[in-house]
Amino acid sequence: MTVASALEIVLAALVLGVAVWTIAARETFAAVAGFVAYGLLLALVWVRLDAVDVALTEAAIGGGLVGVLLLGAAARLRTTEAPVAVERPGEFLRLVAALLSATVAAALAAAVLFLPDPAPTLAPAAAANAAATGLGNPVTNVLMAFRAMDTMLEKIVLLLALVGVWSLARDRFWGGHPGPRHQADPRGMLAFLARLLAPVGIVVGIYVFWTGKDHPGGAFQGGTILAAMWLLVMMAGLTDAPPVTQRWLRMVLIAGPAFFLLVGLGGLGLGAAFLAYPAAYAKPLILAIEVAMTLTIAVTLGLLMAGAPERSAER
Amino acid sequence: MSAATIFGLCAAAAVGLGLYGLITNPQPLRKILAFNLLGSGVFLLFGVVARRGAAAGFGGDPVPQALVITGIVVAFSATALAVALLLRLFQASGSATLRTPASAGTDPADA
Repeated sequence: MTVASALEIVLAALVLGVAVWTIAARETFAAVAGFVAYGLLLALVWVRLDAVDVALTEAAIGGGLVGVLLLGAAARLRTTEAPVAVERPGEFLRLVAALLSATVAAALAAAVLFLPDPAPTLAPAAAANAAATGLGNPVTNVLMAFRAMDTMLEKIVLLLALVGVWSLARDRFWGGHPGPRHQADPRGMLAFLARLLAPVGIVVGIYVFWTGKDHPGGAFQGGTILAAMWLLVMMAGLTDAPPVTQRWLRMVLIAGPAFFLLVGLGGLGLGAAFLAYPAAYAKPLILAIEVAMTLTIAVTLGLLMAGAPERSAER
Repeated sequence: MSAATIFGLCAAAAVGLGLYGLITNPQPLRKILAFNLLGSGVFLLFGVVARRGAAAGFGGDPVPQALVITGIVVAFSATALAVALLLRLFQASGSATLRTPASAGTDPADA
């Protein structure tokens, strides 16, 4: 056994151990804390799988944003935990569920063990067409050019989710500030951290976006870091989430998908196909779309985390 | 046994664990958590397929990797919507149980 494979076995065992903890833990808080650790360990797994772009996304979203979202919800739902916990299904149902889950897991394990060899791959095709965009990162090439339709539709899914969250506001709070107002000691640790970390984090976020054209990184990862910095400043009480009816906010929210759609239609109008970039302008166009998308992703993720409007705009 | 196979088996187990938690845990927030665990297992299976497709000087097939990045972001937006729905249920009914439907559709706070 080589050193590398020992490391991988230990890592897989750790990931599974934390996964069991998130399901078995009695307290929701403990389970969510386990899930954050799970997300970070999973990011290491992605690095071992040579997918650094995915590792960055998993660490930022799976470990970071989902953890903060669920911790906040767990704190607000703490009083409901004990009464609902007694509704645990009976032993028979649990046994059936365990059998079903074990069967699904075994079928997937068998599928993994009997994957076709040699594995089918699109990597040579991605390498052969890399020159068309002039970008060095193959994952960015796939996201922004070869499968640009997926990426554009995903932006629209994000917007739809935000519309869904906002539509849960009570009538009298419509148009107000999302979520509860966060209060923190202005001389406390959190406010200090928010002042210290946010400027650095914003630079890191922009760097991760910019380097994504040739190296691991990109609009998603950079946008998520920017969203996290915005959240940190909001949670420290240094700023408030803006009322959801503000016009500038709506403009930023649609900037990414709207510009993407416009370029896509331009490709159609110039004769090639929907979302076909003119060869000479492929790189600048992709970068321009990514700038708009990074802003939109940062604001959309931040507002998804803030939740439905809960306070009227006047206060 | 290669690294990809080890992580593939790990992903299969994560899917099974997530499914079990989704069915048996009565608390909606824990169901959301379990569903995220299940989803991360599915993404990891994609990652294993991508790693096995390493060719042309790349460490993995970039197409499934890009699909997973899109998938993680979409899974996050669905999670945020689910949490918002759950918090609204709690505001409207004062509890977070999925067992009995709320007695009335109106929100007492809006009345």
